[in-house]
Amino acid sequence: MSAILETRGLCKSFGALTVAEQIHFRLDRGARHALIGPNGAGKTTFVNMLTGRLAPSSGQIMLGGEDITALGQAERVKRGLGRTFQINSLFLNAPVVDNVAFAVAERRGVAGRMFRPACHYREVLDESMALLETLGLAEDARLPVVGLPYGKQRLIEIAIALGLKPRVLLLDEPAAGVPSMESHRILAVLEQLPEDIAILIIEHDMDLVFRFAQRITVLTQGSVLAEGSPAEIAADGRVREVYLGERHA
Amino acid sequence: MQALLSSLVSVAFHGLAYGMILYVISVGLSVTMGLMGFVNLAHGVFAMAGGYVMLSAMNRFGVPFPIAIAAAFVAVALASMVLERLLYARLYTAGELEQVLFTIGLIFMSVSVARLIYGTLPQPVYLPEYMKGQLQYLGRDFPTYRVFLILFSVAIVGLLWFGVERTRWGAMVRAAVDYRAMAQSVGINTSRLFTLTFALGSGLAALGGALGAEIIAIQPTYPFEHLVFFLIVVAVGGLGTLRGPFFAALLIGVADTACKYWVPEFGAFFIFFATIAVLLWRPAGLFGRAA
Amino acid sequence: MSVNHAGGYVADPRIRPIEWLPWLLALLCYFVAPSYLPLGSYVLTMVIFALSLDLILGYGGIITLGHSAYFGTGAYAAGILAVHLTGEPLVGLVAGTLAAGLLGFVTGIVILRTRGLALLMLTLAITSLCFEVANKATSWTGGADGLGGFSVQPIVGLFKFDMFGKTAYLYCLVVLFACWWLVRRLVYSPFGASLTGVRENNLRMHAVGAPVYRRLVIAYTISAALAGLAGALLTQTTQFVGLKVLGFELSGELVVMLVLGGVGRIYGAFIGPLVYLIAQDYLAKQFPEYWYFFIGAILVMVVMFARGGILGILDAGIARLRRRFG
Repeated sequence: MSAILETRGLCKSFGALTVAEQIHFRLDRGARHALIGPNGAGKTTFVNMLTGRLAPSSGQIMLGGEDITALGQAERVKRGLGRTFQINSLFLNAPVVDNVAFAVAERRGVAGRMFRPACHYREVLDESMALLETLGLAEDARLPVVGLPYGKQRLIEIAIALGLKPRVLLLDEPAAGVPSMESHRILAVLEQLPEDIAILIIEHDMDLVFRFAQRITVLTQGSVLAEGSPAEIAADGRVREVYLGERHA
Repeated sequence: MQALLSSLVSVAFHGLAYGMILYVISVGLSVTMGLMGFVNLAHGVFAMAGGYVMLSAMNRFGVPFPIAIAAAFVAVALASMVLERLLYARLYTAGELEQVLFTIGLIFMSVSVARLIYGTLPQPVYLPEYMKGQLQYLGRDFPTYRVFLILFSVAIVGLLWFGVERTRWGAMVRAAVDYRAMAQSVGINTSRLFTLTFALGSGLAALGGALGAEIIAIQPTYPFEHLVFFLIVVAVGGLGTLRGPFFAALLIGVADTACKYWVPEFGAFFIFFATIAVLLWRPAGLFGRAA
Repeated sequence: MSVNHAGGYVADPRIRPIEWLPWLLALLCYFVAPSYLPLGSYVLTMVIFALSLDLILGYGGIITLGHSAYFGTGAYAAGILAVHLTGEPLVGLVAGTLAAGLLGFVTGIVILRTRGLALLMLTLAITSLCFEVANKATSWTGGADGLGGFSVQPIVGLFKFDMFGKTAYLYCLVVLFACWWLVRRLVYSPFGASLTGVRENNLRMHAVGAPVYRRLVIAYTISAALAGLAGALLTQTTQFVGLKVLGFELSGELVVMLVLGGVGRIYGAFIGPLVYLIAQDYLAKQFPEYWYFFIGAILVMVVMFARGGILGILDAGIARLRRRFG
């Protein structure tokens, strides 16, 4: 099967501290893949290297067969790599629709235009609104983000990433900070995401992980401990020992 | 050849004196900015205040030189504590723009107060008798006061470095500079630490301003005119460090003196140019830590 | 600093009726208060200067204390041109704008790679550098004495500069109108929206693929060019250019004016200079020292209690009235 995102021997050290060691990772097209591991295992570091926020010490990153290791963040976004942040990173004082419109406009290449008013770019607005509709946020479109509940803000985070029409979507703890009553909504949204997007989620919420993921990678102390289907991972003694505890025994 | 050597020694000497004064004034700023993350453009105000206190004490009240210096330090340190508790502390969490604006406002206010009380002309400096004249060394003449300046500053710097490296207070400052949140969670009373450190930094600035009154004239436009140089020392040296600004201050002191002596038509051009070059190469300063 | 969010993809770009008020007032002033026209020209010039700063500071979020470098470059460019080549005003305006824009581009490329204190320092260093150059290159700039004794020719050969400042005033007004129109268009465009995005959340803008550095350089260049335009305008209307157009004090004063009016708002750049300069004209004559103190105190209080400046206070007042009267 074709891998849309792949890393080969990815390593990262800060002086004597190694946070990533020889990570070989494959994400297939249309995958529903989860990355789990205890705190400090290096999951966010890994994602930061994938997106270009952090440069690896060695190793390669391939997107759609192309080596993107040397490319910057904006370049990778243009090639279809989107991400959400663990802690909401939104434009708090802007209306919800503007948040998404920024992403859509960049993708469409109109974000740098200087003379026509922004609201005349109907295609940007329409696409943004349509996206908000699919996530159930349309009625809040014109409200500033800062007044909305955290769960909705988390969805806006996902909406922005979707606005980029990514081939690969990296979701960093999408349910983090969301009260458990609302996390089903996040899951519902995740389940409805287009099938052709490859999705990698980092999560601690094991219910979400086991219901969503078709493949799971376990990371500890910067290297891959195990990889496989949810059933395989649940049965793996080493994983249980390191991370899962007795919950899924 | 003799003349060249002579002028080299002279430039080095006067540059050293100027650099030491710059350092004593600016070191407080480096620590404040590194510790509290506060862009205090008004730091020069404390130096100016120190100068005015000392000169008023000496010229108007006939206070002897050593006591006047001590008075400058104490008075300004105390005043700065009040300012810190009342005003500065409210803005620690505010954005950079607010801090910049606030400190500019302070500069405006203090400049006008200085003008109202003391007028626009530079304050005359009357050194005590034992400070006047020259000292002979290796066949050359060195102004006594400048020699005193250098030695005294070295002593202050030594004390400061010792204090930061060896005392408990110093350890807390270093911890808080490195990682504020962590310092708080191990029980360091950061607000008291900030106040004390701020007072010390301002007191040192006052000391530097007072001692250096002969080199950097005390007049109302002081905070405006010399702000650039204090900031350069800190930015080029590296925020939150002690050693960085030391070398930066010496470099600037000597370079500025050299330029004014040998290529006066360029003035401070070289300094600004060098600052731009250094900051582009190392935005965190020569010895600073990249954020 | 202010949380105003103008522009964007759902903001209505059409000019509201109240936006014509400043122009009506300006024209009214022309007819009703002819003795104030020289001050009026100065106010109009400073509004352009404030608009240029608002673009980069209010919308782009770049804190600079060195904007007078570009103002001064434009001013001297126009002055030197008038002395050596031609006193034709429109050519002088173009020269000032281009010179400042070029300097803005070159410095912008270099300093916008940094942030925070380093960036602030660099802006200060650049303006100090320009000041030093102007101070020392006396054969070109007249040094501390300044450059004067040149005459400005009639605008497009028709409108002579009169002794009462009437032509100068209308000249400034027309130029301001053009600048206002330009800045307003920029603010409501996608480019303007993305600038606001950069200011609000730099990290996020990178993550949506925005070429942040490139946008900032463009904004900075435009801002510098506008500042240069204002500088050239000042030279032509006062027929003099001196060292005061460069250096930290003017930059500081400009920041005060903008903050007073309201940062990040187009009309903040209108109200701020107006209020500041009128107050200065009245108060500084009566109590010059207290004026400086007063300005400092106002600045401190604005920062503590009224971050949105005058416009912010007006907004809050209107909101309160709305709540009370439904």
